[in-house]
Amino acid sequence: MLFVQNFPFMTILLTLICAVVTSVLSGRNARRLTIMMLSVVTVMTAAVMVYTLSTGDSYVYMMGHFPAPWGNEIRVGVLETTMMMVFCVVILFSFLGGMLPSIREIERSKYNIYCILVDLLFLALQALVYTNDLFTAYVFIEINTLAAAGLVMMRQKGRNLVAGVRYMIMNLLGSSLFLFGIVLLYSITGHLLMENIRESVAVLVETGEYKVPLTIVVALITVGLALKSALYPFEKWLPGAYSNATPSVAAMLSSLVSKGYIFLLIKVYVRVIGFDVICSMGVLDVLFIFGLMGMIMGSVSAVRAKTTRMMVAYSSVAQIGYIFTALGLRSEIGIVCALWHMAAHAATKSMLFISCAEMDDACGGTHLRKNLRGAFYHSPLLALAFSLGAINLTGIPLLSVFMTKVTLVQAAIDVGGRHMGLVLGTVAISTLLNAVYFLGTAVNLFTPTKEGDEVLPPTVRKNRYTVVGLIGLIALNLVMGVLSQPILTALAEGLTRFA
Amino acid sequence: MKSKMMNKLSEWLTDEASALEREMEASQERAADEDEAALTPAEIRWAQEEKEEEERIARRLNEWTDETGTKISRTLYSILCLVICLTLIVLLLYTVTELPSFGSPDHPINNEVSARYIEKGLQETGAVNIVTGMILDYRAFDTLGESSVLFTAAMVVLFLLRKDKESHKYSPLAKVMHDNPHSDTYYEPKNDIILQKTAFVLVPIVLLTGVYVVLNGHLSPGGGFSGGAIMGAGLILYVIAFGFAKMRRFFTYKTYQFVVLIALLTYACSKCYSFFTGANHIPSVIPLGTPGAILSSGLILVLNICVGFVVTCTMYCFYAVFRKGEL
Repeated sequence: MLFVQNFPFMTILLTLICAVVTSVLSGRNARRLTIMMLSVVTVMTAAVMVYTLSTGDSYVYMMGHFPAPWGNEIRVGVLETTMMMVFCVVILFSFLGGMLPSIREIERSKYNIYCILVDLLFLALQALVYTNDLFTAYVFIEINTLAAAGLVMMRQKGRNLVAGVRYMIMNLLGSSLFLFGIVLLYSITGHLLMENIRESVAVLVETGEYKVPLTIVVALITVGLALKSALYPFEKWLPGAYSNATPSVAAMLSSLVSKGYIFLLIKVYVRVIGFDVICSMGVLDVLFIFGLMGMIMGSVSAVRAKTTRMMVAYSSVAQIGYIFTALGLRSEIGIVCALWHMAAHAATKSMLFISCAEMDDACGGTHLRKNLRGAFYHSPLLALAFSLGAINLTGIPLLSVFMTKVTLVQAAIDVGGRHMGLVLGTVAISTLLNAVYFLGTAVNLFTPTKEGDEVLPPTVRKNRYTVVGLIGLIALNLVMGVLSQPILTALAEGLTRFA
Repeated sequence: MKSKMMNKLSEWLTDEASALEREMEASQERAADEDEAALTPAEIRWAQEEKEEEERIARRLNEWTDETGTKISRTLYSILCLVICLTLIVLLLYTVTELPSFGSPDHPINNEVSARYIEKGLQETGAVNIVTGMILDYRAFDTLGESSVLFTAAMVVLFLLRKDKESHKYSPLAKVMHDNPHSDTYYEPKNDIILQKTAFVLVPIVLLTGVYVVLNGHLSPGGGFSGGAIMGAGLILYVIAFGFAKMRRFFTYKTYQFVVLIALLTYACSKCYSFFTGANHIPSVIPLGTPGAILSSGLILVLNICVGFVVTCTMYCFYAVFRKGEL
């Protein structure tokens, strides 16, 4: 075994050890250690990604002296490492970018707990992406939920506590449905390891045995994970949690936590149950419809939102809708599109959250959309980052989300029939709505203030961590836009080996 | 050239770091002087606008709810709850009837996985209690995750409820505890003589039972989780009877931090070793010992002790923080 193959296990354990050590550090050292850990993990993940891309193959890594199904194992392939790489860069730069607001908003003597929860969130994300065992997935879902709920409540205002409690209740409901699903699946297949369940399920489908429990399993897991990733009718916890949390946390939650759950759902569909079995069940049609509704309803709420952060939060609902719609198309290219959009949205949304929160502070701290007028002239970088995110999500060629829309439409045309009409119509309406709220805000940033307008003084000073964070995220977005074709090809190849 | 740039970058960021330190100090000072003048006019106005809007909404909501809202929403809510819950119950019950019958020999869970745990568990892990062998050796990664769940939960609770000299200025929850002198702990020490005498006898027994369950986790039913829960209960009984002042003589927040740090670090490092050697097919040098002896089954005993400590501390921490806001 090559040394580089050990890296995924090392990054997981390194993250855990850092989280534990951080519990006795001061806020200052906790921050330094977390930045160091995130950078080291990013570099190591990059090495693994290069390795998997060069071999084009995947490998399993035994967690202990016993091979699976007896012991635990993780699986590392092109798909996992590519997604993980995007997540690593996003979390590193989100943490850096939102540093100053987090210091202002979080109790000083407990700042290290913020760093611990970020570490644990990252630990859970890595485990969810790499795991090859359903029960391990559940354990790390628990960590993810608790850490995320804690992070929402980091800023201890009344609204955050309410949002945190709501987040907690909805997510626990999701976790327990997922757990029910695993238990039922275990009792009809006798396995927890993904490959073994896949074989057993294939036999069950062929013999027609346990048809009802299998359907219920798929329904429970789908509803549980859809609840946790805020698919349209279950999105009520999302706006409060995202718009009130400290900017780094909002960026991490919107771009990593919900994406981790969707990645797990895709894993369950493709690796555990088998995508052809799922297609024969009709659950994808439900996801498809809700995804389409989410695309419209999320954007409508975003247009009506009064504050920029609320607007960005609601636009997440719409973007999650895109991912589920792509998944609901029942085709390979649909899944590739969903995976790509997860990465693209993660990169864009984190940049939007951080830039718009800082811009609010630079424009008098009122959070209102109308007060952002002319922001470009006093804080150009923030305005540029926000506008880049805005035009990206609207779908301008050469940027990443445009590629999503193209692939989605392509997949829909391949499927044909009613699906095609619905997708084409909804993408058109959604793009129009996106343009209304995102481009409207972006143009406002570049409009100079007139004589009579009152200009509020900035409430915070500019700081260099934000500059580093935003430049990193802008670079990530541009790179993803330019390299979209190769990345899509890699994802498609990874998916064929994934099944 | 490159190193020059790197130097510049690091210098630039170090400057920023020191600026951030100042920011931290400033934020603490800001929190310290509570007068409103520290706020900018815009912030005050924004707060006022927000307050006014909230009041307006509250008024409208109250009017509406008093008249019609309560009735409609209550009826609708209960009907919907009933329908959804009944559907779920019926669905799940029906699913259970379709499942393979429990305990029958041809149940799918009786496969090669459980067969190896039962047949070779003792030989491969050295643990007489095969459940412990399973969770701490075969599937140790899951259990590492479970211990981290406890750690996560403890951290979140400590963050929200622990009060220190500045936290009531940030946290509404800590403020409630700070402002309420007639809380549960106000009349401490209670010095309830019956409780104290009973606890005097019971606490050592409970703690020893816990230690026994932890140390024999690989030999008999029990282990770190159950033994830790027993020891935690013992500590809680002690603190109920004798009060926090006496408890603090040997268990403070520092103790908690130190014990959890050492336990989780030992766990993580020993698992680092066994995962690394296992995956790279390097034979492990840790002897399994004679099955049945107290010093046997390799790392399992150590891991059980670590888990025991984490669970004990977490249980006590939950109790103390929920009751009093500090350890």
